[in-house]
Amino acid sequence: MINLYTRRRIANATGLTVSVLAMAFGLFWLCWILWTLLDHGLPALTPMVFEKMTPPPGSSGGLLNAIFGSLMMTVIGTLIGTPIGILAGTYLAEFGQRGWLAPITRFINDILLSAPSIVIGLFVYEVYVVHVKHFSGWAGTIALAIIVIPIVIRTTENMLRLVPSTLREAAAALGAPQWKIISFVTLRAARAGIITGVMLAIARISGETAPLLFTALNNQFWSSDMDQPMANLPVVIFQFAMSPYQDWQNLAWAGALLITFSVLTLNILARVLFRQSASTH
Amino acid sequence: MNTENIAKPRVTVKDLNFFYGKYRALKDINLDIAEKKVTAFIGPSGCGKSTLLRTFNRMYQLYPQQTATGAIMLDGDNILDKNQDLNKLRAKVGMVFQKPTPFPMSIYDNIAFGVKLYQNLNKNDMDERVEWALKKAALWVEVKDKLKQSGMGLSGGQQQRLCIARAIAVKPEVLLLDEPTSALDPISTAHIEKLIDELKEDFTIVIVTHNMQQAARVSDYTAYMYLGDLIEFGDTSTVFTNPKRKETEDYITGRFG
Repeated sequence: MINLYTRRRIANATGLTVSVLAMAFGLFWLCWILWTLLDHGLPALTPMVFEKMTPPPGSSGGLLNAIFGSLMMTVIGTLIGTPIGILAGTYLAEFGQRGWLAPITRFINDILLSAPSIVIGLFVYEVYVVHVKHFSGWAGTIALAIIVIPIVIRTTENMLRLVPSTLREAAAALGAPQWKIISFVTLRAARAGIITGVMLAIARISGETAPLLFTALNNQFWSSDMDQPMANLPVVIFQFAMSPYQDWQNLAWAGALLITFSVLTLNILARVLFRQSASTH
Repeated sequence: MNTENIAKPRVTVKDLNFFYGKYRALKDINLDIAEKKVTAFIGPSGCGKSTLLRTFNRMYQLYPQQTATGAIMLDGDNILDKNQDLNKLRAKVGMVFQKPTPFPMSIYDNIAFGVKLYQNLNKNDMDERVEWALKKAALWVEVKDKLKQSGMGLSGGQQQRLCIARAIAVKPEVLLLDEPTSALDPISTAHIEKLIDELKEDFTIVIVTHNMQQAARVSDYTAYMYLGDLIEFGDTSTVFTNPKRKETEDYITGRFG
């Protein structure tokens, strides 16, 4: 007969061991992925990657046009998707207690959130690309914006719900109208969380390949015209990695490394910013 | 029931009933709040004292399930009237909450926020108003060198005084305090009680408190409530030393509640 205290100690030790093992298991794959990426990507990451366009097979080149295209589409897609997402999320959190519109919007948003990105690519292909009859940077941007919106809606709503109702009451008690309460008090209080949501969305779209295959396609040459097919890192990686040419494969590794580390940098930057704003605010 | 006649009532409550959905939380409350005095609402948890306080600025309006009937007269207007302009009402009736609720902005902006809603002050006047409010709330000396810092960085007691400063900066007529010291340590509590004593020169104050000693210390009039009824109302010394009702005596002497 083991006494209660010993039993608890055993249970505690077991729980701790299992969680540490689970963590180690998860981290193992992550480290392996990062290691492989660094192993193949770092040697390929030469200054030429940032200086030259994607090459034809057999000759040397870089990823400049793809980096530029990815930046353009990610930035504009985020700029379009973020305000819509924040406004809709604010509606759901602050005005959505009554009525039928909010629950339906929330439900549809959840579906959109979990929709495979290839479906969104096909959708934009069908409603935009088919009508203008060519692939373009705009089409890619629209597809990316559609992916951004539900993520931002969801995080904005959740973060606003975490703002204590006493803060809203305090602002209302001063006689502030609702739009002022929301824009000056609750949105500010939830700012850190909302920005995290936007960061998540950027991280997500900067690696999306499927929606760009049907929309922006690719471009071997430099193009800053958003109305023309546009080069972008994910599709270039997809194309080059699948190719039999060693140069292309190397460039694909370099591109993969670039995406991963820019997302990582973005996340670290966001954290540092929050830490600073948390100490002053 | 409430026999005490108040010389100069500022707020008059007539036949007030309050409902959370179908549940009747206040039952036929009649009460006068004296001008430039401190009136305390005491009673056990759930007696309706906070509910009563929150009808004075119609805070309950934020929640769709809550309704009030009857009348609360302030300056000849019925607060509960549907046509009452809520924002104007809340400019006249300020409120401080149980937990400090500084806004996520600088100390200066915390106070300027409310003032800007009603008045267009130039920079100088606003600076003066902020200083005036912080001095009134006995916080000026501690924060005058860090007005641009966030209000969230202050201690709990300072935050609560900031909230008081914010409430009085708009120069309300009535100040509602909903258990303002229950989240604070004894020293901060003493600060705020002293402050209440000074503020009643300018404002009509209503305070809800769990702490009977506090009611005895700071208030001129006391209302004892139980289960949504106003059991006894009178000047504080009478209610505490010579209560008319047995229930009040039981609560005050600690035999109940």
